[in-house]
Amino acid sequence: MKDLGRIGFSEDQATLLEVATDFCQRRSPVATVRRLMADELGHDRAVWAEMGDLGWLGVAIPEAYGGSGLGLAEVVPLVEQMGRRLVAGPFISTTLAAQALVAGGTEAQKLEHLPRLAAGEAASVALGEPDTDWEPDTISAVARRGDGGRLSLSGRKILVSDAGAARRLIVAVRLDGAPALVLLTPDDLPAGALRRETVIDETRRSFSLTLDGVIVAEDRLLDPGRALATLEHLHLAANLLAAADMVGGTQACIDYTLDYLRTRTQFGKVIGSYQALKHPMVDAYTRYEQARSHLYSAAHCFNEQGTGEIAVRMAKASADVAYSFAADRSIQFHGGFGFTWDCDAQLYRRRAIWHAAQFGDAAFHRKKLARLLF
Amino acid sequence: MSTVDPKDLAAFAEQADAWCAENVVRDPGFMLPLTFMEVGTDDQFHFLRDWQNKVWEAGYLGAAWPKAYGGGGLPQAFQNAATRAMRKHQGPIMLNAIGINWAGPLILEMGTEAQKAAYLKGILSAEDIWCQGFSEPGHGSDLGSAQTRAVRNGDHYVVNGSKIWTTLGRYAKYMILLARTDPSTERKYDGLSFFLMPMKAPGIETVPIRKLTGEHGFTQTFFTDAKAPAEGLVGPEGGGWKVAMRTLEYERGARGGQAGGYVSVGANAFDVFDLARRTQRGGQPVLDDPLVADEMVGFLMEIQALTLNGQRTQVPELVADRPQGIPLASKLMGTEMSRRLNDFAVRLTGARGAYYVDEPDAVDNGLWARNYLNAFSATIGGGTSQIQANIVGEHVLGLPKS
Repeated sequence: MKDLGRIGFSEDQATLLEVATDFCQRRSPVATVRRLMADELGHDRAVWAEMGDLGWLGVAIPEAYGGSGLGLAEVVPLVEQMGRRLVAGPFISTTLAAQALVAGGTEAQKLEHLPRLAAGEAASVALGEPDTDWEPDTISAVARRGDGGRLSLSGRKILVSDAGAARRLIVAVRLDGAPALVLLTPDDLPAGALRRETVIDETRRSFSLTLDGVIVAEDRLLDPGRALATLEHLHLAANLLAAADMVGGTQACIDYTLDYLRTRTQFGKVIGSYQALKHPMVDAYTRYEQARSHLYSAAHCFNEQGTGEIAVRMAKASADVAYSFAADRSIQFHGGFGFTWDCDAQLYRRRAIWHAAQFGDAAFHRKKLARLLF
Repeated sequence: MSTVDPKDLAAFAEQADAWCAENVVRDPGFMLPLTFMEVGTDDQFHFLRDWQNKVWEAGYLGAAWPKAYGGGGLPQAFQNAATRAMRKHQGPIMLNAIGINWAGPLILEMGTEAQKAAYLKGILSAEDIWCQGFSEPGHGSDLGSAQTRAVRNGDHYVVNGSKIWTTLGRYAKYMILLARTDPSTERKYDGLSFFLMPMKAPGIETVPIRKLTGEHGFTQTFFTDAKAPAEGLVGPEGGGWKVAMRTLEYERGARGGQAGGYVSVGANAFDVFDLARRTQRGGQPVLDDPLVADEMVGFLMEIQALTLNGQRTQVPELVADRPQGIPLASKLMGTEMSRRLNDFAVRLTGARGAYYVDEPDAVDNGLWARNYLNAFSATIGGGTSQIQANIVGEHVLGLPKS
């Protein structure tokens, strides 16, 4: 049997977990979450700046480029706590853009862009397309070499998170038939290239990006020799961070539901005493604990060849099942209130669906695991 | 608590490994039980008792119990290393499960000095087999309603009533017994007392129970004016419920202190994975079927999660919100998975899932069907899964009592 991974926990992870638990609880009460849902930008600039000041955006960026030189293992507790408090903002997007540059950027690109990302300039990655199948190398958008070696782009990317706030976009295209990554800035985009999408998770900002008419210098191309490996790295990193957000959300969703079951009375009894409600909550809880164990195994083993991929796919598949179940039952167990906008259960359910739809759902990852394990 | 020198530990682990390589007998010429609840023949009993005694004499059982009571006086890590070696070499199970896993740790924690001196060594050596008298014919999961009576009479109590599901009842020298010393208390729990009860005494009769697998292993135990010595009381008279609850924590693995080894070798997901990999249907590997493959991946993820859960409980920061959550839920998670997994294994065998033990055409001698039926012993015994769900819901999630 292959090595499926194991739990390990560093002092840095412990410190960041503690700080993030406190920070996210204080800075993202649900009233703030709901206020930001209606806000066009979708996040609080002051909170974002604080995250930058805390060094969170440079956690997984090497020291030579302005970061603290830790890894994604240390980013996981941050994202877990953000997911728990439904924190809005481009943290995951910016972290992924930085990962694209760390794994696949040229030295000049790293020196130019990574310090800015570490300092808190928002960025994102544009990977998905209208007919996406979640495979990192399924790309139809194209870059063609034109006059003076300039790159002319065409095609459309979808579900580009936080593209409105991003000062840098890393876009997956096909160049000379092979996958490639190109760095864009807002100045490169013709008017109307970005269209805000209506997405199920209203705490998120997501965009469609039309590349037709985008022309950039060739030095915007990330290292072509590492493009495929970088795309695979991004696929796993995105799923790891999604799993972290989902595990945090699962915990919050269970706690939210338990509060109701402990106080709501029907037929003269507190409804949490009924086994028809109590036992499914125990199911939700045990699935949550399993998902959290998978998450911290994936964080710890992320850089291990082979084991890292297995552990990440298990973590995402497990988190999808746990979050979806907990949030689905949360709506149901709140009864009539659960059917209303004001009940927070819908926020969790929507975010669970959002993450399942991004970078692969549970069934997708289980299918991948069958190929990896059998 | 003494500190562990990694070099000493490594040397000990190596010795245990070498000892197991030399001494483990996997096939004594008859079928060995998979768990301590399935010891149905005298051959099985004597073989397993000799094995446990041998392991103890070699220093690989009770390594972390105090020397004064037959243990090795070493840190727990040493016993864990010995247990790992036994698992690796697929050694037979430990027979005296109730003694080494719950009666023993309980006596160590709550027993009098005289009780420790009298009982602990015999538990490790397997000279004294222990059984448990908690459930009654009318009261399985509802332990607090136990009706077996114990009436004080000078230096002993007179016991009348009946206990059921007495594992190893035929062979046991002692029983941990929960009996009612006062039927008039306001709360039913306050009338219960906890005894270390000799089984080889007049007035005790054990009658075998046949399980759904067709095998034996349990008895029903009848008490007719049987004498329980007063010095066998654990805790005060009327304080038995608390002691019984503590015993269940040991039984469910929610509390450490067990002597070591393992008491069941139920098939795990990796064994079933092995079965899946060698199973064909219509000339095609069964794992080529995407539905079967998906289910198999699900089980591998689940068993991995349970392993990781155990590792995570060793990291306090990662269980800070509900420190007792995983320990209290682990029986529920583990036993339910095992039941579903064995059901899956039976289905993997396709048409031959219709066979049962000893049919020559059965896959693996029909053991998957037997495993599946036996898996209910763990989802029912020691508190049914439904009672476990109440415990987790109430004690971990803070929901009101049902």
